[in-house]
Amino acid sequence: MADLSELYQQVILDHNKKPRNFKALETPSITQEGHNPLCGDHITLQLELDGEVVKDVGFQGSGCAISKASSSMMTAAVKGKSKAEVEVMADEFVKMVRGELDPDTEENHLGRLKIFAGVKEFPARVKCAALSWRTVQAAISESHDAVSTE
Amino acid sequence: MQTQTASEFDVAKVRADFPILTQTVNGKPLVYLDNAATSHKPQCVIDTINHFYAAHNSNVHRGVHYLSQLATRELEGARDIVKKFLNAASDKEVIFTKGTTDGINLVAQSYGRKFIKEGEEIIISALEHHANIVPWQMLCEQVGAVLRVIPINDDGELLMEEYEKLLNPKTKFVSVNYVSNALGTINPVKRIIELAHAQDVPVLIDGAQSAPHLKVDVRELDCDFYAFSGHKVCGPTGIGILYGKQHLLEQMPPVQGGGDMIKVVTFEKTTYNDLPYKFEAGTPHIEGGIGLGRAIQYLESVGLDNIAAYEHELLEYATELIGGIPGVRIIGTAKDKASVLSFLINDIHPHDIGTILDQEGIAIRAGHHCAQPVMQRFNVPSTARASFAFYNTKEEIDALANAIHTVIEVFG
Ligand SMILES: Cc1ncc(COP(=O)(O)O)c(C=O)c1O
Repeated sequence: MADLSELYQQVILDHNKKPRNFKALETPSITQEGHNPLCGDHITLQLELDGEVVKDVGFQGSGCAISKASSSMMTAAVKGKSKAEVEVMADEFVKMVRGELDPDTEENHLGRLKIFAGVKEFPARVKCAALSWRTVQAAISESHDAVSTE
Repeated sequence: MQTQTASEFDVAKVRADFPILTQTVNGKPLVYLDNAATSHKPQCVIDTINHFYAAHNSNVHRGVHYLSQLATRELEGARDIVKKFLNAASDKEVIFTKGTTDGINLVAQSYGRKFIKEGEEIIISALEHHANIVPWQMLCEQVGAVLRVIPINDDGELLMEEYEKLLNPKTKFVSVNYVSNALGTINPVKRIIELAHAQDVPVLIDGAQSAPHLKVDVRELDCDFYAFSGHKVCGPTGIGILYGKQHLLEQMPPVQGGGDMIKVVTFEKTTYNDLPYKFEAGTPHIEGGIGLGRAIQYLESVGLDNIAAYEHELLEYATELIGGIPGVRIIGTAKDKASVLSFLINDIHPHDIGTILDQEGIAIRAGHHCAQPVMQRFNVPSTARASFAFYNTKEEIDALANAIHTVIEVFG
């Protein structure tokens, strides 16, 4: 049976309450919108790039605890990383929350983000956790169409 | 049938009619409080559908053979049950549709496109489900009409004096729900209809949420159209009813063409069939219609007045218990309400509330309830919504209250 405390871990609750990088950037290189129409979660993500590297990042929006904590921890994780590194993490994160990658046995670059592994037991919440990562994926790819997890 | 007082209502007896209610979810007894989304099906409805396929399956209205006549008789029998349920004047006024959405779209595309012109106005309310907004917006785009909206107050009640101001000689149609699915408000539809009729404006009542809870007599209400869904009245999905006054339906063109809706087809000219078949192109949802008929018989055997009284008791109990939990805010506090409790807990997102309650086996809806304008009016992205049926119990509401305490604990 899925365990609630796997989903709502203290770290996740803490990021929900005090999201990091919850701000608008003054000189963003990219602004990217993402939403999850099912539950109305919405995120505006901004990146300031220095060449290939994410120099600064901020997000705003509204959403459930899972999506907000995921956004907060995503921004903390991508700061200082190259676009290629972000691409890899995003891919691994989405696979992990879908249950397609076991962060304890398979090689990955997720580090602290592993605490979202419990989301895979809650199929209705996978989209919430993945939203911020899908949004950052779109931001660093060429297409800047708004992301929708539907 | 005599009306029992609510506390005499034998809920254990009705629960025994619903096989789905005995299961456990996440190791806990299922507490199903998402009845506004869809209702469960009593065994008699399940049996009726099974029996149709096992013993009577055939196409309708076209066969000389035994089974086809049997199937036709059963389906037309169901139409007659609905006619009596609504107190319609004739079977001709009872059209099988796919559901409420389908019925509203039918009226918009048939009546609307024929009779509503550029610059004319259609009135809906701020409490509508998307199913009673979007079809009218589409019509407005097609014919150049204008959509006007009756506003609501902070309790979620329609502002009737604003409605009276909106009514004007350009008004050509009014379409409102009887009961709001998002807040549970029961709207004063009789008065809404009277005021519209004083200006010869026809009125459609979206009955999706009233059909399961309130006894409706279409002739007493004097509504021109009434739409509801089978799946919300303990019947199957994919079937619904559009009631329309015969003299209006007769003037309306069909929206879909095909078999069953014609009398004579040549390549030069087609003569449409009589009512209600003119609006029922193609092979209908036969077992759906029959299942709906059985569901209505079932509701009538329990008694709609008994259902309404018992559900009212549940709602009052829940409002006091849940509303009394510190941090809970109830959205939708109309004086006249049906069994919907929309709420927020502190600043906890309803999606998180839904997940935690699900772990306790409790099914509620978290979201905008297909009524985004209602959410915008209260300046919230979504709410948690518990909606009750006559097979729910006070113990289930106690379970909901306990689970809400868990939510508050988790989020500290
Ligand atoms: C008030 C109201 N109108 C219309 C609908 C649409 O019903 P259906 O999806 O069965 O067509 C619903 C269903 O949620 C409703 O609650």
